[in-house]
Amino acid sequence: MSKQQRSISQGIDFTVVWLYAILVVIGILCIFMVEYRQGTDWIQAFIGGKTNYSKQLIFAGFCALVATFIILTDSKLFTAFANLMYAFGILLMLATFVIGKNINGSKSWIPLFGGFNLQPAEMCKIFAALALAKFLSRQETDFSKLRSQLIGGAIALAPAALSILQNETGLALVYFSFFMVMYREGLPPAMLIIGFSFGALVVATLLLEPNTLATILTIIAVLFWYALRKQIRRNKRILALIVALWFVCVGVQRFAVPYIFNNVLQCYQSTRIYSMVGKDYDCTQNAHAAKRTDKPAKKPDDYNVRQSKIAIGSGGFLGRGFLKGTQTRGKYVPEQHTDFIFTSLGEAFGFVGSFVFLAIYFFLLWRIITIAERQRSTFSRVYAYSVASILFFHIAVNVCMTIGLFPIIGIPLPLISYGGSSLLTFTILIFILLRLDADRQMVLR
Amino acid sequence: MVIRLIFGSVFVVIVLQLINLQIFSTKYKLAADNNAFYRKVIYPDRGIIFDRKKKAILENTISYDLVVTPSEAKGTDTLGLCQILGIDTAEFKKRMRDVIFKNSYVRPSVFEALLSPELYYKLSENMYRFPGFVLNERSIRSYPYRTAAHVLGYIGEVDTNFLKKHRDEGYEMGDYAGLAGLERTYESVLMGQRGIKRFIRDNKGRIQGSWENGLFDTAAIAGRNLYTAMDVEIQQMAEKMLTNKIGSAVAINPKTGGIIAMASGPSYDPNLLTGSTRRRNFSRMFLDTAKPLYNRAIKGQYPPGSTFKPMGAIIALDEGIIGPSFGVGCGGAYFGCGSVRVGCTHKNAGHASNLRDALANSCNSYFSHIYRMAIDNPRLQGKHAGYLKWKEYVNSFGLGVKLGIDLPSEDRGSIPDTGRYNRDFGNDRWGSCFNLTLGIGQDRMTATPLQLANMMCVIANKGYFYTPHLVDSIERETAEDKAMMQKYRDKHEVTHIPDTTFQIIHRAMQDVTERGTATNARIDGINMCAKTGTAQNPHGKDHSIFVAFAPRENPQIAVAVVVENAGFGSTWAAPIASLMIEKYLRDTLSQRRLAEVDRISNADLLPVAIKRWYQRKDSIRLAKQQAAIDESAQIESKQEDRKVTFDPETGTRTDGPTKDTAKPKQQTPMLRPDDKKNAIKKATTNTRR
Repeated sequence: MSKQQRSISQGIDFTVVWLYAILVVIGILCIFMVEYRQGTDWIQAFIGGKTNYSKQLIFAGFCALVATFIILTDSKLFTAFANLMYAFGILLMLATFVIGKNINGSKSWIPLFGGFNLQPAEMCKIFAALALAKFLSRQETDFSKLRSQLIGGAIALAPAALSILQNETGLALVYFSFFMVMYREGLPPAMLIIGFSFGALVVATLLLEPNTLATILTIIAVLFWYALRKQIRRNKRILALIVALWFVCVGVQRFAVPYIFNNVLQCYQSTRIYSMVGKDYDCTQNAHAAKRTDKPAKKPDDYNVRQSKIAIGSGGFLGRGFLKGTQTRGKYVPEQHTDFIFTSLGEAFGFVGSFVFLAIYFFLLWRIITIAERQRSTFSRVYAYSVASILFFHIAVNVCMTIGLFPIIGIPLPLISYGGSSLLTFTILIFILLRLDADRQMVLR
Repeated sequence: MVIRLIFGSVFVVIVLQLINLQIFSTKYKLAADNNAFYRKVIYPDRGIIFDRKKKAILENTISYDLVVTPSEAKGTDTLGLCQILGIDTAEFKKRMRDVIFKNSYVRPSVFEALLSPELYYKLSENMYRFPGFVLNERSIRSYPYRTAAHVLGYIGEVDTNFLKKHRDEGYEMGDYAGLAGLERTYESVLMGQRGIKRFIRDNKGRIQGSWENGLFDTAAIAGRNLYTAMDVEIQQMAEKMLTNKIGSAVAINPKTGGIIAMASGPSYDPNLLTGSTRRRNFSRMFLDTAKPLYNRAIKGQYPPGSTFKPMGAIIALDEGIIGPSFGVGCGGAYFGCGSVRVGCTHKNAGHASNLRDALANSCNSYFSHIYRMAIDNPRLQGKHAGYLKWKEYVNSFGLGVKLGIDLPSEDRGSIPDTGRYNRDFGNDRWGSCFNLTLGIGQDRMTATPLQLANMMCVIANKGYFYTPHLVDSIERETAEDKAMMQKYRDKHEVTHIPDTTFQIIHRAMQDVTERGTATNARIDGINMCAKTGTAQNPHGKDHSIFVAFAPRENPQIAVAVVVENAGFGSTWAAPIASLMIEKYLRDTLSQRRLAEVDRISNADLLPVAIKRWYQRKDSIRLAKQQAAIDESAQIESKQEDRKVTFDPETGTRTDGPTKDTAKPKQQTPMLRPDDKKNAIKKATTNTRR
């Protein structure tokens, strides 16, 4: 994937290229581990191209071509066409509602030639990243203003909204990672703090009895009132703020959270989130479930997480060895070649393997942020941060879900999971970044 | 910088969770093993049991199970299969449902267990029509001579009690273990060593291959064979002669203690307790009032009657109370105890003028007299000293004690101790007149046929015996086996009774067959020593008892035969014993003697009560059948529900024994407690079906 011609390869950050290549190879090996069956002639299967690992290799080859192509282009192209591409991406996503193909219950795919399918929501990450970079790098944009913040948020969340309509909640969540970029570019930290607080409140709502939580919130409010009583005497607005916050918190806990679980989320999603904290969700409360009550009851939804945790946990310190994992061989983990690919690695190579693997990822992210910080143009910097955030979000959510720290959301592990769309998206994301980085000395955008 | 911090902290959280999962939790490894490993127990062939001529009397044969994997049974010719198996499609569907419910859709499960040979041949020709079905072979026990059921025993599925008792021996639910007879005693030898194979299975329970190419598998080691002292031909003959009789015949080689034959009547074909009909046969036999499952040779307790008299004589002689020439004048009864009078079959004067004559003629007065002399022996000091001394003698000959044969649940018989009499008479002032008939083997004295035969061994050997046993040697005997077998190889010196005493007894016992009570048992050319017994009992007609050994000069075989409620000892028991002895010593029987075997075996000596019980049972069954036929005819004429159509097989099976059980259950079954429990459990589950 590296370029031979000196003039072109000049300025390319080869550390990232090598990390990228290593991860793709690990990915193919992981898929091989999942697919491999004792006694089958894997060489023949490999050459035959029928198996997922050989398909993934073909995808990788194709991605290498695309990467080369991107490296060969001029970086000015991306700044110039950012908005146009974003518009095109949104158009494609809208097109899925018309010509979309239904795969696994989400109508988010556009059928292409030769049996391949394209998921526009996946590609739209690139376009959104470029568009956001373009918007933030505009001379007239002042991101400290609320108006600009709202536009930035809209650019990031428009594809997310469309994704939710397509029934791809997992992909939609990825777009929230752009808030990390916006934070870097001056979004007030209050937003993040409020976001985290809201998350904490939701988890607390799930864990605790409504009345207990209300009591705790009240106690916290009273404590604050007590601690700040001197200031309150001087300034009554603090008391008003405390009371308002108390009202908001109790309101969220009492009405907002049940509303979200019962009316916004699907039954299976609520069940997954509840099972995360070890509770059962009663689907009869769910508005969506009520519509189609004829659906039969499925087996307990924590099967995936349980088997995934068993696979990773059984790896132990050093792992069971390449191709020796029993959970993998016995196909106990569902979707192991895509969303749960990390389990095969955790089982085969244990803690040491997982740690090294995560270290590679961490090094890649670190490197990308280093690249971001050395950019002289806002466009490149925003774009680099976008890439880092998207990668980070994918990795964190995917790995956390396999080890039981996060509810199951169907998003792939970057560069590792089987799937052409995903691999191609991340390849383009990374190599556009490398192209921009290679030209960092040339222009001030 | 904050972003790097966020990245870093999330990675730290992930790594911490990985440490928690992979390093500190052991349960996941365990869970993965539970998921993926399938531990298959490989059952070795059980050991074979041979007789003294190395004929296999208990061996293994192959039986077949019809096994189905529902997910692969799509294109099966259901109708054809139903026809061969003799079931209807409703039954077929029901079984399939059961199989899927119990063992999932994708795993193979038994559809029909233990096919009969005809069914197997029919099926194997047509298997190509039934995809998804296979015939799996399995090893079952078989008794080629259909004999020695009580001795050989049977195997059966272990229950929770058994598992509790044998916790560390590797048994699992559903395993088979010896439950009776030699199968039980020598379970550890016969079972061999199980092998374990580990397989890997997938998420649907399908086998994916062996784990580590079988590196950790252990091979099954076949059970070791047993070589018994039994002679299968004599055993068969003894059982044949006991048909339609209740009783027992035991033959022991006095030189070794090896049991040549041990028959108990009524008996059964041990093959009934293998294969698919085991459960039904077992409950039927368990509820049979004649108790065919009961080994009367070691559990039947009979008053020895006159067969005890040689013992009485030995005691008197050895204590020096009498000499061989001691005689009494018997006028037809013993009057020495006033109101208690012991009748005698002989009235002619002089039939008890000396020991030899008294024994040959089995004079009750004579032996009552010498019993009293032994009990009231003036040379012994202390209360009941005479009785205690007498009891010591009797016990040392193996009466009233457990001999320790290698069969489970042997009975002790009874030689009452002084405590019993103290209790019964309310004080300890009882004397020889209170239990006078002990002298002629009655009163509270009981013995098992095995004990009687063993007593003959002691007399034949002139004062020693080997503990009677069936198994002579074990294949590839280990140190452990040697320790177990040692008690059968130790010689037991009884007392220091001089040979001359025994010679007197031998001579007298030979007279029994030469000119005494059992001349019909005499075998030309063999000097046989014997004693008849006609034991009074509370159950009806006297028991016919006979004990003997031969030849007198160099005893090779000692026999005890008991035929319940069959009258004089010489009538039935004596000829049975005589034929067994001749067969053993000469190896063949002449034509005339073979006819005698047939004559005895054709005689029906079952007590009336038992016969009546059978009749009642038969008539109830017939009445039920008749009623059922009538009923079904009615229903069919109305053309209503056709499912109730009568099937004579199931009709007798479910209804017959169920209702009949009420009566025999009230009679106390004379089985081991645990046997009883098992059997009742089995019987009840059977009837519930």
